Amino acid sequence: MHAFANPARFLSIARPLTPWLFWPGLALLVAGCLSGLFLTPADYLQGETVRILYIHVPAAWLGMSGWTGIAVAGLVQLVWRHPLAAIAGRAIAAPGALFTAICLITGSIWGRPTWGTWWEWDGRMTSMLVLFFLYLGYMALANASAASGERGGVSRVTAIFGLVGAINIPIINRSVVWWNSLHQGPSITLGGSSIASSMLWPLGLTVLGFSLLFGAIVLMRMRTILAETRIEARLRRMARD
Amino acid sequence: MKAKHQRLILALVALAALIGAALLAASALKDEAAYFYTPSDAKTKGVEPGKAIRLGGMVVKGSLHRAADGVTVRFDVTDNKATVPATFTGIAPDLFREGSGVVAEGAFDRSGTFVATNLLAKHDERYMPRELEGMTYNETTHEMGPEMGKEK
Repeated sequence: MHAFANPARFLSIARPLTPWLFWPGLALLVAGCLSGLFLTPADYLQGETVRILYIHVPAAWLGMSGWTGIAVAGLVQLVWRHPLAAIAGRAIAAPGALFTAICLITGSIWGRPTWGTWWEWDGRMTSMLVLFFLYLGYMALANASAASGERGGVSRVTAIFGLVGAINIPIINRSVVWWNSLHQGPSITLGGSSIASSMLWPLGLTVLGFSLLFGAIVLMRMRTILAETRIEARLRRMARD
Repeated sequence: MKAKHQRLILALVALAALIGAALLAASALKDEAAYFYTPSDAKTKGVEPGKAIRLGGMVVKGSLHRAADGVTVRFDVTDNKATVPATFTGIAPDLFREGSGVVAEGAFDRSGTFVATNLLAKHDERYMPRELEGMTYNETTHEMGPEMGKEK
């Protein structure tokens, strides 16, 4: 584990890995969106509206995965005092919040023609909105901790906040099972999928594509934060001399 | 014991306590966080007439009737345990149809009919093309036809 604590070693892996995540991610995303728009059949009930699925589901997946990543990073930071974990938490927050917002916006657009409403306070939507607010809170705390000499990472309070906020992830996942909700139950479970296979396969492409892009964005942000801390350290040294 | 291990145990204990607390809260919220009453909820809990609630369930097949004024619909909502009659005046969403899910906002009147002021369509988790396994779909009546071969 501590082998990767060395920023130089991390950079030597992250630098060549970034384009390998970014370009295949972008290609898969474009391929998935195009096939979702033109190659799949319309839904028997919803018609063409169903195609927003190919953006909505990956966005929800990454919004929730992002916070899971923040929680894991928080745990590693608190227990093992791993400096890169603190930086990873900061790097994940903004793209995680972005994808959560995309999920909320596409869901709202999808809800109007299918359910007949832009927004309802049901369990799934409310818990997803809470996740978005958690991201905003995390980013505010992370920005406040920049000044506290954490060398680019987030403060320990922020890491604890990330860990505590993770309790919302299983709540989002189970919200449609525990409570009566307007949002339908899970389509894809461990037991299989209730999405017809002719409509399902582009979803696999966009989920993988968005995930690779997310990974590339996180690596790029981590590299940026590391570079910024180096600049700051150098400026500080120059000011002293 | 190393400080690292102490921190790990502390973090895991805190996490376990947190998950326990959240599960307790979620189970306590079980009824309060429900987005709608099912017809059997409404019957067992005895919702008084005039109290604004949401009623959710399936529209009973064959129960949907349009009144003479053209904008009022009458239908039965069921959860397969209880069934209540409902009425709605206004524009229903496209996906509102027999055999499909509905969430109606409104209140019961004195006779036990649910008077909806707003209708939301609830669909299930299945997504499939119109012509899956020989099924056909009629755009105007929203009915699933039997066999594709028979139509031709």
